[in-house]
Amino acid sequence: MLEIKNLHAGIDGNEILKGINLTVKKGEIHAIMGPNGSGKSTLAKVLSGHPAYEVTKGEVLYEGKNLLEMPPDERAREGVFMAFQYPIEVPGVSNAQFLRLAYNEKRKHLGEEELDPLEFKDLLKERAKIVEMDASFMTRSVNEGFSGGEKKRNEILQMAVLEPKLAILDETDSGLDIDALRIVAGGVNQLHNSENAVILVTHYQRLLDYIVPQFVHVLTNGRIAIEGGKELALELEQKGYDWLKTANEASVVGAQTN
Amino acid sequence: MMVTEIATQENSYQEAFRNLQASHQDPSASWLVPVRDNAMARFEELGFPSVKEEEWKYTNVAPIARTNFTPLIATETAARSSDAKELASFGVVEAIDSQLVFVNGRLRNDLSRLTGLPEEVVALDLAEALADERYAEIARTHLARHADYVANGFTALNTAFVHHGAFVYIPKGVTVKVPLHLLLISDSGDTNEVTFPRLLVIAEENSSATLIESYVSTVDATYFTNAVVEIVLADGARLEHYKVQRESARAFHVATTATDLGANSSYDATTITFGAQLSRHDFNVTMDHEGAECWVDGLYLVTASQHTDTHSVIDHRKPHCTSHQLYKGILDGKSRAVFNGQIFVRHDAQKTDALQTNKNLLLSNDARVDTKPQLEILADDVKCAHGAAVGQIDEDELFYLETRGIHYDLARNLLTYGFAEEVIGKIKIDSIRAQLDEAVLNRLNARLEA
Repeated sequence: MLEIKNLHAGIDGNEILKGINLTVKKGEIHAIMGPNGSGKSTLAKVLSGHPAYEVTKGEVLYEGKNLLEMPPDERAREGVFMAFQYPIEVPGVSNAQFLRLAYNEKRKHLGEEELDPLEFKDLLKERAKIVEMDASFMTRSVNEGFSGGEKKRNEILQMAVLEPKLAILDETDSGLDIDALRIVAGGVNQLHNSENAVILVTHYQRLLDYIVPQFVHVLTNGRIAIEGGKELALELEQKGYDWLKTANEASVVGAQTN
Repeated sequence: MMVTEIATQENSYQEAFRNLQASHQDPSASWLVPVRDNAMARFEELGFPSVKEEEWKYTNVAPIARTNFTPLIATETAARSSDAKELASFGVVEAIDSQLVFVNGRLRNDLSRLTGLPEEVVALDLAEALADERYAEIARTHLARHADYVANGFTALNTAFVHHGAFVYIPKGVTVKVPLHLLLISDSGDTNEVTFPRLLVIAEENSSATLIESYVSTVDATYFTNAVVEIVLADGARLEHYKVQRESARAFHVATTATDLGANSSYDATTITFGAQLSRHDFNVTMDHEGAECWVDGLYLVTASQHTDTHSVIDHRKPHCTSHQLYKGILDGKSRAVFNGQIFVRHDAQKTDALQTNKNLLLSNDARVDTKPQLEILADDVKCAHGAAVGQIDEDELFYLETRGIHYDLARNLLTYGFAEEVIGKIKIDSIRAQLDEAVLNRLNARLEA
């Protein structure tokens, strides 16, 4: 589904990603971990098409197509979704209006019929259960005045409505208390199936107790320093990111053979 | 050259003025003759304002002075191209049985309906009210007493021609549930006509009502609306006031609204400006009694080479009054907007609470806003804040919408709509809100197609 090959990217002339290689197949859940500044959020932003980031080298294939050539809205309609670390407030536009517009844009793109407000209301009601959000959130402006946890749940609601093939969750666990974390993770688990894939970008292992990845990739300084299964995350949790300073030496040798 | 033109222009006003003064006057309205004389004399002294005057620095009314406008006054003016059905389409569903419809400045009884109003409520042509002994005295007490024609040439000109218009009287303690719609339609052809709508609204003690004042046009023509609206709220009265200005894109609209608030009264005004090539609104709210509260909000949405100017004065003269003001502007093309908001807090006006905000969204690099919020505080125990902002579409918001599959242009429109919604969303009359929503979206879509 997703093939990232030797990806180099940066912002304002500073290179942050220095050769990322990653393959994600449908049905998989990948975790991208790493200390602050390692480039994991940059990777999420580059994949979603943030205009401030510049790709200097490498390629990204999504379902065989050049993802980097698509504008962000097209990526979304093709099934790529990013849950923001800091979801944006959109004053004056209700959650329901926004979601229906986004949903219908995707339907149009796929050549399907658009839903009218009433039909969409039913769908929205159904999907909102996944993240335990009540109807009052639908008439409020997008994210405006939402608590941190409500914003994150709203991101997962959008994911539930848009049903992406590839969902990238950027630090979705940050700022969540344990109850909100359980709801958000429960939502992602319900939405995950054998036809789609999830990339979890996270600093902490905590989220991975709830959403269990098959693959863990640890970034340091813009490169994948070490990769493994879910047990790698536990090991990191115990030893801390400092442990990578020694582990890194070994994997750098490995990286050069790529 | 210029001088000659203006002189000619003034003569055409003078001629119409002489005709009006010479026409049959009801004896009970004879007191108006000297008022008109004074106002005309004042207009002749003042003339049309020039950009050299501080209050008119950014708004050049030379096109109005230059154009040979013909005052439409005593002569009967029948509707022209438009039939009753077309004119009725401007109605507001909620006010279908409570509307006064004016075409080219004259009340059309065939289009007006008042059956939805409580019996005690009075709504009729101002000229009729002046001639009716039941209302003449109350009209005389208020007419031309609230809108100052000494300082403003346009108000002086309107006052010189004061005759037809609307007289609205809501007696003590009466609650009017349906909105009263004053619908002013222009179906003037390309004849450069000027009308002088004059609206007088009196809400007595503890009454409650909703007023819609709208200006629309059936034709894309050059005409000039010079309106003056006087509103008086007695103690404890409540009025919701919507002004919707959707004149022709070639029209000129210059209006003054003067509202005086009684003790513990509540006045909630929302002014929506879409139309006219040049519009200017002077909005003066005077709080000369304790405990009054007002909202003076607005939205202007202009494009192409439109120019709109709002000058508002909220005058806190007595203690314990509260004013809220939010004006938002959306500018596209080469349009230009002026917002000048003055808040005075006089020496006696302790415990004043005043908040003023003006926010502008520029959709094009050629649009321009001049905004000047001003606070002048003479009392020492008050809570006042003001602010102004001019910005463009927020890039982060735009990107967020794009990542949800919404195309760049559509995302811009959605954010613009959201910006307008803060003002439109507070409108409590569903059909007006829906109409404006649609109008905003249409404007934005039109931009997409262009």
